[in-house]
Amino acid sequence: MPSPHLKTVRLQADALVIGGGTAGCAAAWLLAEKGLEVIVLEKAAIERSGCLAAGVNAVNAWIAPGREAADYARYALEDAHGIASWGLLLSMSARLGEAVGFLDRLGVPFHRGPDGRYVSRSWRNLKINGGDIKPALASCLKDRPNIRVVERVHALCYLAESGRGGEGALARPARICGAAGLRLNAPELVAVEAPAVVCATGGAAGLYRPNNPGRSGHKMWYPPFNTGGGWAMGIFAGAELTTLEMRFVALRLQDTAAPTGTLALGQGARQVNALGEDYEPRYGNTTSQRVLAWRAETEAGRGPCAMRAGPLDLPARRALTRSYLHMSPMQALKFLEGEAAAEEAAAAAAAGAGAASGAGNGHREFSFQIEGTEPYVIGGHTASGYQVDESRATTLPGLFACGDAAGGAPQKYVSGALAEGFIAAEGAALYLAGLRGKADRPPGDAPADARTPAAGPLEAGEGALASLTLSRLERLLEGFASGPAPAYGPEDLEEAMQKAMDLYAGGRGSGYRYGLEGLREAGRRVLGIWKLAFALKAETPRSLSRIWELLERLAVARHLIAHLAERTETRWPGFGEYAGHPGPDPALELFINSRLEAPPFVPPEDFGRHPPMMLRRSLADSRILDGPRPSLAEGGQPGPLFPGPAVPGEGAPSGEGA
Amino acid sequence: MSVVFEPSLCVSCGRCASVCPGTLLEAGDGRPARILFPDDCWGCASCLKACPRRAVRLTLPPALGGLGGLLSCGREGGRLVWRLERPGREPADFPGDPEGEGGY
Repeated sequence: MPSPHLKTVRLQADALVIGGGTAGCAAAWLLAEKGLEVIVLEKAAIERSGCLAAGVNAVNAWIAPGREAADYARYALEDAHGIASWGLLLSMSARLGEAVGFLDRLGVPFHRGPDGRYVSRSWRNLKINGGDIKPALASCLKDRPNIRVVERVHALCYLAESGRGGEGALARPARICGAAGLRLNAPELVAVEAPAVVCATGGAAGLYRPNNPGRSGHKMWYPPFNTGGGWAMGIFAGAELTTLEMRFVALRLQDTAAPTGTLALGQGARQVNALGEDYEPRYGNTTSQRVLAWRAETEAGRGPCAMRAGPLDLPARRALTRSYLHMSPMQALKFLEGEAAAEEAAAAAAAGAGAASGAGNGHREFSFQIEGTEPYVIGGHTASGYQVDESRATTLPGLFACGDAAGGAPQKYVSGALAEGFIAAEGAALYLAGLRGKADRPPGDAPADARTPAAGPLEAGEGALASLTLSRLERLLEGFASGPAPAYGPEDLEEAMQKAMDLYAGGRGSGYRYGLEGLREAGRRVLGIWKLAFALKAETPRSLSRIWELLERLAVARHLIAHLAERTETRWPGFGEYAGHPGPDPALELFINSRLEAPPFVPPEDFGRHPPMMLRRSLADSRILDGPRPSLAEGGQPGPLFPGPAVPGEGAPSGEGA
Repeated sequence: MSVVFEPSLCVSCGRCASVCPGTLLEAGDGRPARILFPDDCWGCASCLKACPRRAVRLTLPPALGGLGGLLSCGREGGRLVWRLERPGREPADFPGDPEGEGGY
């Protein structure tokens, strides 16, 4: 598949949404409602893509009558041990009811009581039959004349207009104005020009060695198809990312990574150790403390730990199995197989005793071993992702982010991702209106401010950087298409990366612990693998996509390592532990942000020699929590791994919390 | 190990491949569907729900505690009906929820 045979197809729209998962569908729908022409680029197919492929059995971000948005925001901020943006959380929380209503109108079956009200599991959880939630959500984009969904296209890089004022094509971009992607089923590059872009690509799985072995490696909690691609695009375009070091480790039923909350909230199940002790109260009740509880009990030799519920009668067991069929078919299969085997055993025992069977209807205890997953980076559960302001604008003009791709606002779940999709769409629409307003004005009248440049949508003669990026991309892809193939493939390099991250950047294999020298080693290995990746060869668009996914993960891993090294404390003990820095450091109640200077736009072969990554600290906007507040004067240290001039408060026009 | 196709049941409609969130399946042109990258499968069962003929089944690998059973999915009157097949045993059907009913 030599690159000369890669045909470049150009499309145009008012707004481009990258990723048609939960947040992306909401964003595209609202942009279209506002009368804008929308293109959705989707790596798979929106009917089942993203986190909701298998479904979900609860809406975990909801606010019961009598509670307020601030209650939810406070819960999320406390669960994040203070590192989250109050403003972002509040703006998301205020839209949760609207998001739930949106799903309801699309036909997602909510459980209702006799009075017609939603059946809730707590003040912030609703039960749903969500096995088909994604097709229902995707249906909001169907048959709309101003939405074009382009599927099986892997977005590779942003297109941007270069800054004016003679800074040259490599200056920080004036604004993002589209993206280019690779068609997976045809030798075609798709270049979409759109003056507003919403990134909804999700978070990153597969940075660390997966829990499940070998051929079961993809049986993980987070979608293995989410590679952090949207962040990689942002990194190479010079966007600022925040709080990557707040990794997420999910405490799940062993093997299938099915949720424990269904058992805990639905059946009152508790975590117990091998001695039968209910150990949870010893560790606290934030998400990360619950993971710590499992790890500490196991390390103390009191494992295996399990979620124990019951004894449950047959109807209760059936209902529980159905609830798992709505989001974790593998776990449901495990239930069904286990039930069938138990019934047979009971029948055999009864037959042996000469008595009639019927044991299958009896009460039975449900006990399932639990474990922590490998770490993921994901803005829907933690605060990792693009640095955004309250309109979900990133630090790059024209680029917005929402859902798992957007940072600062943890505990989004499905409804929060939808809420952010709405907010990002409104932000993008306002931005477009601003661009148009300026374009309509007489020349010279428009002030040259960085957020809304004095230019209309991309026209002929403009977009110098966009053209440069496209031709660089074509050249880069050509390099992957010609010449002799090395003795290794992208899967081998992925393994090497996952091993390095597992050993030295706090994977499950090292008890989620890391130290500075180990992080340095992980950084060296990641850059070594990066160099090897540039020798890879692809014969089909599909295999080229596989190489690109590796580059995406490596780029995110490199930034993640720098973030981990910068946060010299242990704030989320279940998610990771910085050796030699036990416990939280009050001086680090800060956001840690990073970005590349002199953005190369496409993955650079000499990433290791690339100008330094900027690390920036900014005040965490946790104004409702008590305790001493750090001052910015204490921040601003150069990062210990990739030192560059760290400039507190500089360079982030959106600067949420700065 | 992940999803298993039964070629004798497949009608080559291509629905499974059109929904797969990993772009892992190949179907259509009169050939029975198959999985090109079995180790990349997430186990989400999207293809099971899309298949009109129960020609694709999910299995849990032994490393994850699987006992060799196969799960398939059909639709009856808009409701999902799951089926467990085990070697040497009669298949057992397991109806999904009626709308809005849960009880867990």
